[in-house]
Amino acid sequence: MDALWSNFVDFLSNKYFLLTLSFGFFFAATKLRKRTGWVLLNPLLVTTFLLIFYLKVTGVSYDAYQESGKLIDFWLKPTIVAMGVPIYLQLKSIRKQLVPIIASQLVGCLVGIVSATLVSMWMGAPNDVVISLAAKSVTTPIAMEVTQSVGGISSLTAVVVVFSGLLGAVFGFKWLAFSGVDMPISQGIAIGTASHALGTSAAIERSRNYGAYASMGLMLNGIFTALLTPTILRWMGLM
Amino acid sequence: MVKSFFIIFGCLALGELVVALTGIKFPSSIIGLILLTVSLQMGIFKVNQVKKLSDFLIDNISFFIVPPGVALMLYFDLIKDNLLAISVSVLFSTALVMIVTGYTHQALRRWGKKRNKLKNG
Repeated sequence: MDALWSNFVDFLSNKYFLLTLSFGFFFAATKLRKRTGWVLLNPLLVTTFLLIFYLKVTGVSYDAYQESGKLIDFWLKPTIVAMGVPIYLQLKSIRKQLVPIIASQLVGCLVGIVSATLVSMWMGAPNDVVISLAAKSVTTPIAMEVTQSVGGISSLTAVVVVFSGLLGAVFGFKWLAFSGVDMPISQGIAIGTASHALGTSAAIERSRNYGAYASMGLMLNGIFTALLTPTILRWMGLM
Repeated sequence: MVKSFFIIFGCLALGELVVALTGIKFPSSIIGLILLTVSLQMGIFKVNQVKKLSDFLIDNISFFIVPPGVALMLYFDLIKDNLLAISVSVLFSTALVMIVTGYTHQALRRWGKKRNKLKNG
């Protein structure tokens, strides 16, 4: 009986089982959000929370989970490369209004990096936290790569990215209307720039065109942020 | 499908090579993304050779982020100690980025349209 029990405990950290859990939680969370329509039930957040809960309760170590986890996050880098396809497909419409798009993206990118780092610095956050917030506006995989390359904590970045995405998805259109931004293209681009894929999905719910503009903002800000973050952080004396 | 994997991993591997040779602090994946965009634009590859795989990867992006999210449990104390600074700065910065970006785009767009009208009219 004891042998059986200890085999069962070993099974709790079996890598196929842990992968199954990850798939299962994510699938269930996706269903749950669809049924309730509630943005806060973000599948990434729910799955992360359930997995951490599972590890804490069963005592399975973080390292044991990462054995199977690395098989999943291995696909992040190829996915970023794959974003070249939608960018290519949008090059034509970007070229039509090159100056407004590039200029607003650059401004948004700069404002995002500088404001997030300055405010958190003033509020007394330590350096590694401050650096991890710099890329919070862009899509998670890019943001995490940027944080990693400047020496921050990429899993903290993953969470604040989701946080800023949810904020934009929930309040974005209100903020924009309040500040007098009423052109659909400008609204879409602004939401994609500040709140990446989560904001974009909120924009798509309004209309497909909104979604296309938002994904343009999402892509370009991702590239600009990757290009500029190290330099800006160096200027600010943060690295 | 094998061809799509070859193209996407090829761009990524080239990005890795650039980072390894130059030692720059820049994600190899972004270099790969730029390489893929440029080679599609130059007609080296065709969209339909990578579209299926690219759609599949992009559609599942938030699942791939789950393991890094779980790593958060290693930083609970750090986050607890800085919760207020983190939340306030992210809230403030997200609103600011959105408003500034939207406003800049709208202003430049209106200015451009007005100039075109003057030129044509």
